[in-house]
Amino acid sequence: MLELRDITKRFGDVLANDRVSLTVAPGTIHAIVGENGAGKSTAMRIAYGFYAADSGEVVVDGQARRLASPHDAIASGIGMVHQHFMLVETMTVAENIVLGIEPGSPLALDLNGAAARVRALSKEFGLEIDPAARVETLSVGQQQRVELLKALYREARLLILDEPTAVLAPQAVTDLFRILRGMRAQGKTIVIVAHKLSEVLEISDEVTVMRDGRVVGHRRTAETNATELARLMVGRDVLLRVVKPEAKPGGAVLSVRELSLKDAEGGRRLDGVSFEVRAGEILGVAGVEGNGQTELIETLAGLVDRRSLTGAITLGGTDVAVLSARGRKERGIAHVPEDRQRRGLVLDFNLAENAILGVDERPPIAIGPGRSWLDREATSRRAKKIVEAFDVRPPDLSLPARSLSGGNQQKLILGREFELPPKLLLIAQPTRGVDIGAIEFIHRRLVELRDSGCAILLVSSELDEVTALADRLLVMRRGKIVAEVDPARTSIEAIGLLMTGGEAAA
Amino acid sequence: MKLLRELLFPLIAVAAAFLVGGVLVALVGDSPLRTYELLIGSALTWPDGIGYTLFYATPLIFTGLAVAVAFRCGLLNIGAEGQLYIAAFVTAWVGITCAGWSAWLLVPLCFLTATLSGAVWGAIPGVLKARFGAHEVITTIMLNFVAVALASYFTQYHYKPPGDPILETVPIGEGAHIARLGRFIPGFPERIPLNLAFPLALLVSLLVYLFLWRTRWGYEIRATGASPAAAEYGGISTGRQIVLAMAVSGGLAGMVAINEVMGYRYRYYDSFSAGYGFTGIAVALLGRNHPVGVILSSLLFGALLRGGLFVDIFTENVSKDLVQVLQAIIILFVAAEAMFRGPFARWAKRV
Amino acid sequence: MSENPILALLFSAIRLATPLLLAALGGLFSERSGVINIGLEGLMLAGAFTAAVTTHYSGNPWVGLLAAILAGIGVALIHAVACIRYRADQVVSGTAINILFLGVPALLSGAMFASTGATPQIPKEQLLPYAPIILAFALVPATWWVLNRTPFGLRLRAVGENPEAADTAGVNVARIRYAGVLLSGALAAIGGAYLSIGQSSLFTRNMTAGRGFIALAALIFGKWRPVQTMLACLLFGVAEALSIQMQGVSQIPVQFIQIIPYVLTIVVLAGFIGHSRAPRALGLPYQKKR
Repeated sequence: MLELRDITKRFGDVLANDRVSLTVAPGTIHAIVGENGAGKSTAMRIAYGFYAADSGEVVVDGQARRLASPHDAIASGIGMVHQHFMLVETMTVAENIVLGIEPGSPLALDLNGAAARVRALSKEFGLEIDPAARVETLSVGQQQRVELLKALYREARLLILDEPTAVLAPQAVTDLFRILRGMRAQGKTIVIVAHKLSEVLEISDEVTVMRDGRVVGHRRTAETNATELARLMVGRDVLLRVVKPEAKPGGAVLSVRELSLKDAEGGRRLDGVSFEVRAGEILGVAGVEGNGQTELIETLAGLVDRRSLTGAITLGGTDVAVLSARGRKERGIAHVPEDRQRRGLVLDFNLAENAILGVDERPPIAIGPGRSWLDREATSRRAKKIVEAFDVRPPDLSLPARSLSGGNQQKLILGREFELPPKLLLIAQPTRGVDIGAIEFIHRRLVELRDSGCAILLVSSELDEVTALADRLLVMRRGKIVAEVDPARTSIEAIGLLMTGGEAAA
Repeated sequence: MKLLRELLFPLIAVAAAFLVGGVLVALVGDSPLRTYELLIGSALTWPDGIGYTLFYATPLIFTGLAVAVAFRCGLLNIGAEGQLYIAAFVTAWVGITCAGWSAWLLVPLCFLTATLSGAVWGAIPGVLKARFGAHEVITTIMLNFVAVALASYFTQYHYKPPGDPILETVPIGEGAHIARLGRFIPGFPERIPLNLAFPLALLVSLLVYLFLWRTRWGYEIRATGASPAAAEYGGISTGRQIVLAMAVSGGLAGMVAINEVMGYRYRYYDSFSAGYGFTGIAVALLGRNHPVGVILSSLLFGALLRGGLFVDIFTENVSKDLVQVLQAIIILFVAAEAMFRGPFARWAKRV
Repeated sequence: MSENPILALLFSAIRLATPLLLAALGGLFSERSGVINIGLEGLMLAGAFTAAVTTHYSGNPWVGLLAAILAGIGVALIHAVACIRYRADQVVSGTAINILFLGVPALLSGAMFASTGATPQIPKEQLLPYAPIILAFALVPATWWVLNRTPFGLRLRAVGENPEAADTAGVNVARIRYAGVLLSGALAAIGGAYLSIGQSSLFTRNMTAGRGFIALAALIFGKWRPVQTMLACLLFGVAEALSIQMQGVSQIPVQFIQIIPYVLTIVVLAGFIGHSRAPRALGLPYQKKR
């Protein structure tokens, strides 16, 4: 029903799609898998008319179509549910669904008619939802249903779902799959963009694998398995273990007791979290994104409003929960944030000025009365040391941080934090958006830091990374710690099960 | 190359503004060329042209620095006008109340007064923003009105010489006067009000540069303006930086009082400001919020203010408001510099 | 029949609230679509000046009103192009518009009438003292209807909250924002026109005296909603009416009375802004993301 022929798309220097060709048969559930950055989302956005391909064709029902905008795609019967929902939170379900194709006249919206149609559709496809509810009051799973209804309302015959399970709790995933099977029975064609192999194997009829912007394989799901797909995705046999020396942990450095964080609506982002991190060990935290890992790191770093917190945080026996972010840095708590461009660097500042972010009011950087004067020499020295030690390229201190690649930006941040020197390092998503060479460098330095006696708390949504690096592994779900496992002795599948709500491995 | 680019955009903006202004001049029936000739020409004569240009540039340097510092923290200080009025009145008040004091005491005291009163008036919207999230554009404008009203009240009811029809205060004490440059420069008459405030403005520009780029406070202000999230991560209290930046900004604007009250009129004079606070916005933007740029822009706008008076008198239809119009157009073009980026990038590739 | 002072105050307040309301409703359309419009002051001045001059030459205030609307749209177009097409800082652009209309009317007026201070007086028969008031208050339910019950309003709201969502739904974000900004120009201009050919009979330099900003404060106070904004404008109208009444009778110096509306604005912004939720995409230029 849908065919992409030799689609090529370039964004600046990056070749996101390189002569991508694939065919989706009607009435099937077709999965497109690949790692982050493989080009899957880009290809589908081209199919949806959100981007225009540089070259190649999109063929729908045997006819090549020019898709200048989502409008054209919708007219051709293609609908898309994005990974990050495209919903207007303050408007109702019905309003969101009809946005762009409003029924009624230009002077009067026919919201009642819209609501009636929405109700009929929800019944037909088993998507319970109240058309008059405001989207901001809905759960994530329910919001996704609104997105599905948007496509169905527009009489989509082919639905593209971009990473639909990324933010869903396990029960919601089951519900979703039930709905998708129902749609298939009704003759709809479904394309799922994903990178979770277990789910792909469960729900899809056919699989296309992409890697580095190219299609590298296509299989019938029944005729393949996880190992083969993983190998196609990564291009080599996946090494599940990184060689690292045995950890020699010392005493507890960080101790967290019954930490709870309430959000604006009273929900608990962190729910009674307790654990310890010892000197000389890497404690990993695994979990589906959005289950409290980000909040955990930000809370420990001191970036969260203390009034919504309860519980104790101690560093080497001293209470640090009362300290500000600056105070915590002074005590040796380093932080490599998840959002490096927003939090970790001032993009418009040059490398030297970024190298002193967080330590600008301490000697030797700040000197003179009131520690108000910045010592340029000391700043350059520190920056140079970091840039050399962490191989930041290009090593020009006067360049704005904005001009560095993701990997080099991350190395700069790491270098800066390692320089504190840290007693405890909080680090989230250390290698997201970082090229392979820098990834190995960063992993090595983390292990070295561990061996020098630092305690490290590592959050990563890349299971391979966190199981390889961590000496002990916590699994988080819904703001709670649901298990602690030994990553060397637990299978990825068992960990994945814990992340998504299954039983702990025996 | 980067320096060239930094200089080029403001120049293009100015050129474009003059073009549009020229159209307006033609519209009202005068010759653009002759008008511009008058405008620029009258600013370059010696001693009057240059003298008055520098004299008008002085308050603009102060307000330009004020707006620039606020901008560096991500804030738009439209309240420089109110800040300089408050500072002018309070400075005059000190000059009147302590009229008998010796200059050694009074001059530094008045300097301090001008700066501090401006700083306080600037800190108010800073606190309102940091604490309540009140947008500084509106609060500063409201405070402008309040400032002028307060100064006017006190002048009218308490400090006006009796029987004087003009709304001004009694003169300040001799000890609060600062010398006109005519006293030091041979061939330069003392009737031209260019005074010590001008070299002071240049000195202050240097201090602002050092403050922003060499002190911790300046670093934290700039970080807050460039990336509040990263600043917070780095342990910087963004609320405190906002108040600090607005206070410094207000203090700089307040220094206009030194030029005006201590060096020119020797009293508080109602509505003395020729829109220095608002022009300061254009000066800062054109000068890319950098002290050197501010000085250069101030010279340009100072020249325009001087030229504007001549244009007003010596042309048929054009009034000095042309200058204000040119200002606004320059601001627009600088703000929309994306307009020039495309063509410039293409030109740069070919060069 | 004796003068009822409360009624007189109320009528006065309604008259004084009218320009605020018109400008505020204009600002509503712009800001709900995501574009900050600080330039309401300048737009009002543009409308006031154009209305006065056109009425003077044509003898017909309706022609003046129409001209004012066109002028408002024209000036708003500058702001729209700068902010939407060239992604200029919206606050700076609005400020430029304000400064522009401190100068342009005086320049043109100086050329036309040899007086930069004021335009010639317009005879009483050629004024519009009541029509704008009715228009302003009638626009309140009309605005509510457009915003909540028409496709245009739905799209406008979507664009102001989540332009990416609207874009993926096939809505032309830029076009809607242009519409919002141009509408704000038209309405603010009518507000200004009322000042020069309704409330008084000529244009004087800077006659709006900050009303554009007060309108903005009323809009924020009114949580960007039509009815609440109207109430906020009435509040400011009452304040101004009181201050005028007091000026004649009270011992309090005139300057203190004059500043009442401005101080009230500050109090409003400080006291209530925390509870008010702006359109989420307000002030953020929209650019298609990767």
